[in-house]
Amino acid sequence: MLSACLALLIATMTLGVAIGSVPVSPAQVWHVVIAGIAGHPPNTVAGTIIWQIRLPRVLLAAVVGAALTTAGSVVQVLVRNALADPFLLGVSSGASVGATTVLLLGAFASLGVWAISVGSVLGALAAMAAVFLVSRTGSSLSPTQLILCGVVMSALFESVTSFLIFRGNPQATQAVLFWLLGSFGLASWNQLPIPALALAAAMIYLLAQGRALNAMAMGAEPAASLGVDVHRLRRNLFIVTSLMAGVAVAVSGIIGFVGLVVPHIVRLVVGSDHRRVLPTGVLFGAGFMVLGDLLARTIVAPQEMPIGVITAFIGAPTLIVLIRRRPYLYGATQ
Amino acid sequence: MSLRLDELSVDIGSRRIVAGINLAVGDREFAGLVGPNGSGKSTILKAIYRVHRPSAGQVLLDGTDLLSLDHKATARRIAVVTQESASEFDFTVREMVMIGRTPHKRSFERDTDADHQLVDHAMERVGCEQLASRRFNTLSGGEKQLVLVARALAQQADHLILDEPTNHLDIHNQVEILEVVAGLGVTVLAALHDLSLASLFCNAIHVLRAGQLVAAGAPATVLTPDTILRAYGADVLVIEHPDTGTPHLIPRRIQPASHDPRAGESFPDSPAQLTPST
Repeated sequence: MLSACLALLIATMTLGVAIGSVPVSPAQVWHVVIAGIAGHPPNTVAGTIIWQIRLPRVLLAAVVGAALTTAGSVVQVLVRNALADPFLLGVSSGASVGATTVLLLGAFASLGVWAISVGSVLGALAAMAAVFLVSRTGSSLSPTQLILCGVVMSALFESVTSFLIFRGNPQATQAVLFWLLGSFGLASWNQLPIPALALAAAMIYLLAQGRALNAMAMGAEPAASLGVDVHRLRRNLFIVTSLMAGVAVAVSGIIGFVGLVVPHIVRLVVGSDHRRVLPTGVLFGAGFMVLGDLLARTIVAPQEMPIGVITAFIGAPTLIVLIRRRPYLYGATQ
Repeated sequence: MSLRLDELSVDIGSRRIVAGINLAVGDREFAGLVGPNGSGKSTILKAIYRVHRPSAGQVLLDGTDLLSLDHKATARRIAVVTQESASEFDFTVREMVMIGRTPHKRSFERDTDADHQLVDHAMERVGCEQLASRRFNTLSGGEKQLVLVARALAQQADHLILDEPTNHLDIHNQVEILEVVAGLGVTVLAALHDLSLASLFCNAIHVLRAGQLVAAGAPATVLTPDTILRAYGADVLVIEHPDTGTPHLIPRRIQPASHDPRAGESFPDSPAQLTPST
């Protein structure tokens, strides 16, 4: 199962690199990739397009898709709600405030191309800390309080973003709107390491907690009776998912629906055991995002569609179909 | 294999829910915890399975303070079955029972053949092996409860805590669940609502009222009309169960039955029969 998904993902990524305004053959793609890994990317036009532009873009899309899917799967367990997505807890709206501040007010201008990433990570971290602090009762985080505080704080941050846009100049506002809908258009090699490392570290931690996540899916009290330290696990899951979502948003803007829909598709295919859901989710999420990005840059070529539009158009109908196929899982009585 | 509560008090928020509870369950004993709604049954049980922390007193497992054990070690000794709750996640029955192995496994440790055998054995013991590949969410209430007992079995704990496990079950399933539990040979502490059922299965019964124990002992000595009136404020008749000789409770109406008993022979169809005559 996993190896089939992996093969599918590699095929999708090859396609993602091959298709574009200058089409290249899959054989050529792999030729360049192998040469590039060996340290000598060919100095031809195709070589430059593949190695400098398309490959980092496809890889970044894959990493972000995997991170959002993983964060989504875990947030759904954390708040025990299948409708949760990684942005529920305020990360994305906090990041928006940060990015908008950079784009409209020129904050962190000295950081050059990194300014938006730094701004949005700081915004995401601030939002995360705020939600954590307001939803905490003693040492515990209750799911309902987390959801409510997340929703309320998100609304607050979004209105801050709206205020900044309202005060900003129209040209910069265009840039903000484009960022808010997400894009991999600015992908480059040096954007890759941080999200990739964050994803890898999070996956190692989460896979170690695979059984505990299954127990948490039963609810807090059953999990406690199964030997899970519920308070600690909730706190760690909150931090891990917020960081993953925050880093993903920093490099690609806000790409909705992936973290909500892909975990559902994965559970439909492999069941609910998180020791299977998490690794499969990484592969599905990566593939979904690579395909989404491929559509985003080809569907209205030579212009680019914001990828958030694509993921919503694919994600919304998919989720509706899933909900209607398994009514008993979504609260219908029969 | 004994469980003892020593002067246990639990606060939720700033309110004391149960106070000064002394209670012991001996090796392989089936003890019942009864009392009116809100008398603190669940709170006591949750202190035992470490959802609540005692504000005073101790929970002792074979004489060891429970708080000196880590969470996993506790779960290897104490398994819990509560009322089944709806899950957003679609586990199969086999996966559900396998979750019982959680406290025995380290990070990254896979399910071994031994785990699968334990899971099979647990399902056979409660008689739910034919449900193994079904989705848990599609089961009936009685089937779900059996699966949760199987999960507790796979947990291999020598103590079992039950929190109203027979709620919402039909009479067959109520008896079946308790019969399975009684046959396990583990030390059981069960919060139960149905006093006649408790009397049929328990060696000892502890009666709570407003967070304090008011009576304890064998069912025949505890389940008297006097104690029930004191604990619940309910007027009951107690008769002997013809099979077992254990007390069986018969509720009585607060108002004397006002309708002619013969009126019950046909379904009341006129409003006049529904209004009590004076």
